[in-house]
Amino acid sequence: MDLRYTEEEEAFRLEIRAWLSAVLPSLPAKPASTDWPARRAYDTHWQRTLYEAGYAGIDWPVDGGGRGSSPVEQLIFKEECEFAEAPYIGTGFVGLGHAGPTIIAEGTQAQKERYLPAILKGDEIWCQGFSEPGSGSDLASLRTKAVRDGDEYVINGSKIWTSHAEVADYCEMLVRTGDDDSRHRGISWLIVPMDTPGIEIRPLTTIGGSTEFAELFLDDVRVPVANRVGDENDGWRVTMVTLSFERGTGFVGDLLESMRILRSLTELAKRTGLWGDPSIRRRIASLTAAFDGLWALTKRNVSEAARLGVPGVGGVVFKLSYSENGQALCDLGLDLLERSGLAASSIAGADSLGDLPNAELVEAWIKGISLTIAAGTSQIQRNIVAERVLGLPKEPK
Amino acid sequence: MDFQLSDDQRALQEGIRSLINGAISLEEIRTKEGADDTVEQAWWDALNDAGVFSLLVAEQDGGVGLSLADGVVVAEELARGLVPGPLLSTMVLGPGLADAAGGMPIALIDQQSPNSAVPLLLEHPQTVKSIVVLPHMGDAAGQCRRLDPSTLTLSLVDEPLDPLTPLAVVQGTLPEGEAIDGLDAVGLRQRSLVLLGAAQVGIAEVTVELAVEYAKGREQFGRPIGSFQAVKHLLADALCRTELARSACWAAAVTLDNNDVATREADTLSCSPGEVRWRVAAGAKMLADDAALANARTAIQVYGGMGFTWEVPIHLYLKRARVLAQTLATRTQLADLLSALI
Repeated sequence: MDLRYTEEEEAFRLEIRAWLSAVLPSLPAKPASTDWPARRAYDTHWQRTLYEAGYAGIDWPVDGGGRGSSPVEQLIFKEECEFAEAPYIGTGFVGLGHAGPTIIAEGTQAQKERYLPAILKGDEIWCQGFSEPGSGSDLASLRTKAVRDGDEYVINGSKIWTSHAEVADYCEMLVRTGDDDSRHRGISWLIVPMDTPGIEIRPLTTIGGSTEFAELFLDDVRVPVANRVGDENDGWRVTMVTLSFERGTGFVGDLLESMRILRSLTELAKRTGLWGDPSIRRRIASLTAAFDGLWALTKRNVSEAARLGVPGVGGVVFKLSYSENGQALCDLGLDLLERSGLAASSIAGADSLGDLPNAELVEAWIKGISLTIAAGTSQIQRNIVAERVLGLPKEPK
Repeated sequence: MDFQLSDDQRALQEGIRSLINGAISLEEIRTKEGADDTVEQAWWDALNDAGVFSLLVAEQDGGVGLSLADGVVVAEELARGLVPGPLLSTMVLGPGLADAAGGMPIALIDQQSPNSAVPLLLEHPQTVKSIVVLPHMGDAAGQCRRLDPSTLTLSLVDEPLDPLTPLAVVQGTLPEGEAIDGLDAVGLRQRSLVLLGAAQVGIAEVTVELAVEYAKGREQFGRPIGSFQAVKHLLADALCRTELARSACWAAAVTLDNNDVATREADTLSCSPGEVRWRVAAGAKMLADDAALANARTAIQVYGGMGFTWEVPIHLYLKRARVLAQTLATRTQLADLLSALI
C-alpha cells in the first residue's frame, strides 16, 4: 500500500502543470452548448494542441501512435487537466476512448495507418452505433443487418443513443452478419463513413433540452468489406478486447469535477447561510467522505491495472458508487439553490449575494440523472458485480 | 504509487486469518456469549505471540516495526474472526506504552465533555488491566492520562448489546490519573479511528461472504435465491460499500503513516497536512461504519427468518458493528468533525 509518487512522476506533474498554464490562456472562448459544429471545432482544436505537445493518446500504446504513459502518469495528467480546468475530451470521446483503441488492438496495418493519426490529430471525429431501439442492456440481441454483396456490406436497420452523430466523420458500428438468432456469435464490427448515402440522422432531445445524441436510420448503406475490423461474426470479441485498454482512469475527470462542484457547494452554503443548518453540513461531510473514498478507490484500480495489465473488479464498483454519489451531489446542489434552482439561466438580482451558479447546477442535476443509465445501467452493473465478483448464479434466461 | 496489498501484507493477512481460524474459532468464541469475561487467555496469548500488540512498535524498541497500513490489514482480520477483547486499543497503544506492546490488555476511553449526560462505559472490564483516557476531542492541548481500573467504581451492565463485549458503568467522576508524557493524543485518536474503520470493513466483508454462500445454496421457487436480481442487487450494493470503505481506510492509514502523502494530498485539497489527517481518518470511519451496519443488516435480510435467529451468527457481527460505530466518535460526530475541516 503506497500512495507516494516517484520523483519522475512529480516532475511529470510539474511539466504538465507548466504546459497547461502556458496554453490554456490562449484557448478560444467556449462555444454555446447547443452549437455542435462549434463544439466540434473547439474540441478538435484542443486535440490538435495536445497532439502538437506530444500528449495526444496519453492512454494509447506507443505502437498505436499514443504516448504509452503508465496508468499513474495518466492519472496525474487527468488530475492536472481537471485542476487547470482544461477542456474535456468532448466530441473526441468515441474516437479516442473506443474506436481508436479497437483499431489498435484488432485493425489491419492499413486501417491503423488510415484512421489512427487522424483521431490523434483531431482531424476526424467518431460516433458509436452499438445500441438499437430493441437492444439496450441486451446488446447481443441487435438486429441491424449487414448482408454481403460482392466486396461490400449492405446495412439496414437503426441505431440509437449515437452521441455527436451530426458532427461525426465515422461510426464504429456493430451489425448482424450471422443468423437472426446468432446473438454474440453473429456480430461484426464495421467502420461506417457518416457521409455514406442511406444514413439518416434524427437528433433526440434529452430531458435537458440538448441534442447531444441521435437516432440513425440505415437504408441500404453500402460499406466496403475492407472496413470490417476483425473477422466476420467476431465483432463481439473485438468490442470486448477494447475494454482491456481501460486502466481505471476512465472516470478520473468526472470524479475530480464532482469534487470541485462539492467544494463550490460548500462555499455556496456558507454564502447563503444554509451552512448553519447541521443537516446540510452533515450531507456535505458525507459526500466529502464518499468522494475521498472514490478517489482512493481510483488509485487502487489504477494500481491493479498497472500490475495486472487490466483493471480488477474495482471498475464496476467505482461506476456504481460514483453514479449514486454523483446524483446525491446534484440533488444537494438544487436543494441549496432553493427557488433559484427553478431556472437553468442565471437569475439576475435574485438576491444580494451575487451571482448564483444556478445554470451550472441545474444542468448538472439533469445530466446527473443519466449517470445510473449511461454506459450500462446500475441494474446491469449490479448483475455484473453479483455474478462475476460475488459468484452468484446467473439469472435463468 | 502501488496502492494495493503488498506481498508482505498478503502474507500478513493470510497468517492472521489462519491463526484465528486455528486458535480462536467462531465456535469457541460463541461459548462465551453473555459471559462477564469473554476473552480467553489462550486467545490473547496467541495474538500476543503472533506480534499483534507490538505490531506497530518500531524494531529498535523491540517491536515488529510495521506501519498503520499493516495494522489495518490485521484489524480487518480480527473483526472478520469476531475475536472479542480490547484488541485495537492495546494494538494502537503499543508504540507509546511498553506494557501494551508487551501484551497487557489496555482500554482506551474518551474523556467525556464536562456536562455530558451519557454514562461512561468501559468495555471488557474484567480483562483490561489498565486504562488510557483520551482528552476530550475539543481539548486540543489535552494530555492522555493513565488510570488503574482498580481505582474505579465499576458496576457490570446487564444484557450488553453485543453478548461478546461485556460493559461496566464507571460510577462517579473519573480520577485524575497520571499524565502520560510523549503520547500524542491527536495522532492516537486518528490512528484509532482508522483501526476501528478497518475492523468495520472486516465485518462488512465477512457478512457479505456469509450471505453469498447462503444465497447460493438456499432454494425457493425451484432455484437458488442468489439467482434472483432482488437478492443479487442487495449484495452487489453491499460489496460496493465494503470496497469504498476499504479504499478509504487504506488511504487514511497510508496518509497517517507518511508525511509526504499527507503533504501531497494537502496540496490537492488546498488545506494543511494536519487537516488532511483528520479528514481522511474521519471520512474512513464514516464510510466503514455505514458499510458494516448496512452490510450486516443486508446479510440478515438475505438469510430471511433464519437471519433473525440467535443461531445464525450474523447478528453478532451486526451488534459488534454497533459497538465499533459508537466508539470514539459516532457518525454524527464524525460528520461534524469533517464539516469543520471543509
